[in-house]
Amino acid sequence: MGFFVEVLLSGLMAGVLYSLVALGFVLIFKASGVFNFAQGAMVLFAALTFVRLLDILKDSFAPITLSLIITIAMMVMLAMAIERLVLRPLVNQPGISLFMATLGIAYFLDGFGQTLWGSDIYTLDIGIPKGSIFILESVFDGGVLVAKEDLVATVIAGLLVVTLAIFFQKTRIGRALRAVADDHQAAQSIGIPLNYIWVIVWTVAGLVALVAGVIWGSKLGVQFSLSLIALKALPVLILGGFESVLGAVIGGLIIGAGEKLSEIYIGPYVGGGIEYWFAYMLALGFLMFRPQGLFGEVHIDRV
Amino acid sequence: MKYGTLLRTLLLSVPLVIAGCGQEDGASDATTSNEVTQSAGSSDGIIVDVSDPNAQFVPVLSYRTGPYAPNGMPVANGFTEYLKLINARDGGINGVKISFEECETGYATARSIECYERLKGKGPTGAAVFNPMSTGATFAITEKAPVDKIPLITMGYGRSESRNGGVFPWNFPIYGTYWTAADVLVTHLGDINGGLDNLKGKKIALVYHDSPFGKEPIPLLEKRASMHDFELIKLPVTHPGVEQKSAWINIRKEQPDYVLLWGWGVMNSTAIKEATGVRYPRDQIYGIWWAGAEPDVRPAAADAVGYQAVSMISSGQAQVHKDILSYLYDAGLGSGERAGVGEVLYNVGLLNAALVVESIRTAQSKYGEKPLTGEQVRWGIENLNITEENIQDLGLSGYMYPVNLSCSDHEGKRAARLHRWNGESWEYSTDWISADDAVLQPMVKSAADTYAKEAGLPANACES
Repeated sequence: MGFFVEVLLSGLMAGVLYSLVALGFVLIFKASGVFNFAQGAMVLFAALTFVRLLDILKDSFAPITLSLIITIAMMVMLAMAIERLVLRPLVNQPGISLFMATLGIAYFLDGFGQTLWGSDIYTLDIGIPKGSIFILESVFDGGVLVAKEDLVATVIAGLLVVTLAIFFQKTRIGRALRAVADDHQAAQSIGIPLNYIWVIVWTVAGLVALVAGVIWGSKLGVQFSLSLIALKALPVLILGGFESVLGAVIGGLIIGAGEKLSEIYIGPYVGGGIEYWFAYMLALGFLMFRPQGLFGEVHIDRV
Repeated sequence: MKYGTLLRTLLLSVPLVIAGCGQEDGASDATTSNEVTQSAGSSDGIIVDVSDPNAQFVPVLSYRTGPYAPNGMPVANGFTEYLKLINARDGGINGVKISFEECETGYATARSIECYERLKGKGPTGAAVFNPMSTGATFAITEKAPVDKIPLITMGYGRSESRNGGVFPWNFPIYGTYWTAADVLVTHLGDINGGLDNLKGKKIALVYHDSPFGKEPIPLLEKRASMHDFELIKLPVTHPGVEQKSAWINIRKEQPDYVLLWGWGVMNSTAIKEATGVRYPRDQIYGIWWAGAEPDVRPAAADAVGYQAVSMISSGQAQVHKDILSYLYDAGLGSGERAGVGEVLYNVGLLNAALVVESIRTAQSKYGEKPLTGEQVRWGIENLNITEENIQDLGLSGYMYPVNLSCSDHEGKRAARLHRWNGESWEYSTDWISADDAVLQPMVKSAADTYAKEAGLPANACES
């Protein structure tokens, strides 16, 4: 039983991180109705910027704070540039045009980030504790082994997820974002500044990318592979729905736990290495019963 | 919009930021060696135009971008800088300058094939030899090489049975195949346990990249497991290897006596971190040579101390490195950072290039001192005979062992050393360990015969 809990816990902790990445997608989808293919590239770009600035500013009085401020400023700049150069010319264009534009942004950012900062592997140490600890020793024989790094990452990611959920559901800007997502023209007609909203949402997505990049980067080292972790968010989105913050959270947990449990308990019977595609299978299984995803909105169109 | 002016200002500042960062980072941001060379100093006679009718063309498949770039860059730097050194220091190979062109593969098989097709006909005589630098690409190019008559040097990777020159006349897995590496590791585990028989009842886990590369050692390990009665636990990790917690949870559950790590790129450092997370002793983990370089251990920092890997060539600087520093770096013609010269993967690239150059030199002894075709260079590789004396002349004493190939044996000496990460650098932890050819040879023959049958090739062209 202790081993099962250990597997489950590690899956849930991985799931929180998937949720964090998925949230970046959800934010932009809610505000602009576009699937942002560049979210992974933004994770890489933000983490690369942060880690390289940390190196450049290592002799300054507050390297981490300064690097963080400059990186955030760069993510704001990026959001503004994307709004001005990519989104604004495409207002009221079909969703697929916007999607293709984000594809272009992804390739640009991948290349630009590596040209600017290099494509080597960069160690990132922001003081997250290393090693592992045993928990629940009184409940299970031998206890449950948990990596401290994963625990801290889960807490940080969890806090951010909760903050964003509140931001979206309870604040005026959050409601405006949802209005823009529903109908660009209608939102503009009631005085919601579309461009301003887009900059905000891309900035927030950039900050989410920064947090995800720093957490994963401190685990793996900052390198190109960070852009690929966005792929882990896709089954989460399929499962949770593209428009639901809660869906991203719950979906992430289900996918995280599902893939680890499947790998450990089903994997040995089919040769192993199944967790990657099992996540998609799990999501597709859910779709058979809820095509809009767990918490996606049901669209009813009059014809 | 009120932020429009700010946006314009910020965008205008980007080139200044880039320029500033370039000064901080030196040449590490270089995308190709040619760019750096041409901008940094005089490259007359060192960088030779591919269209030069008197130069020998060597294609370079490299990956300086993408998930495997941290490992691909030092290999490409070592390879291209050795070629440049030959031009700068020796005036080419017996006076024949080397021209080369890099093609970015991103470590993707499809792009590697594109690069192969693009480069194979360049230069006055076409490509001399290809080093695909990827097992997946090698599998694909192996089918094309006999048609195009261009040899492949696959140092430490590719098809293990391709050492059989009778079936694979165009493949040269010099310095070891994956079966050789796996056998060296099992032999070492036998040595530290007082004999191979003492592996009975032990558990050995293989954590492998779920790709042709990662699967390559499995037949050998399965055979050894049945011979010595140890349990082999196979744990695949999906590309690129950033998510492998399940494998390590399994390791915590099974508590194997040893873990063999068959990874590449980010998978390796992640594995060491995960091992730390499940408190698996690092000194019981043994990597393949592609998991035994600086980018594999540095991100894991102190957690990696004690980890060992089998090695074709370790880190350090011989005379040839000093020449590279003085002829290239002192003249501002280096491709990467000065500190990178002599790191493990840099040396792997350099050794690859040294084999290419010596093969061309050998071929020149038969066909004349002029640009040669791939077919002529193939003869040069097959007749390579690099002695200790030659190695000393090459400035590589202690960094390579003699190579003597033949029509039927395209691998040469089947031995390797292990090296251990001490927190600062890699240091050899064993002497040369030989693989047991009594185990390997029948497997090679069987696999090569199967390939020959399926491809409709003669079972042994060396006998005809």
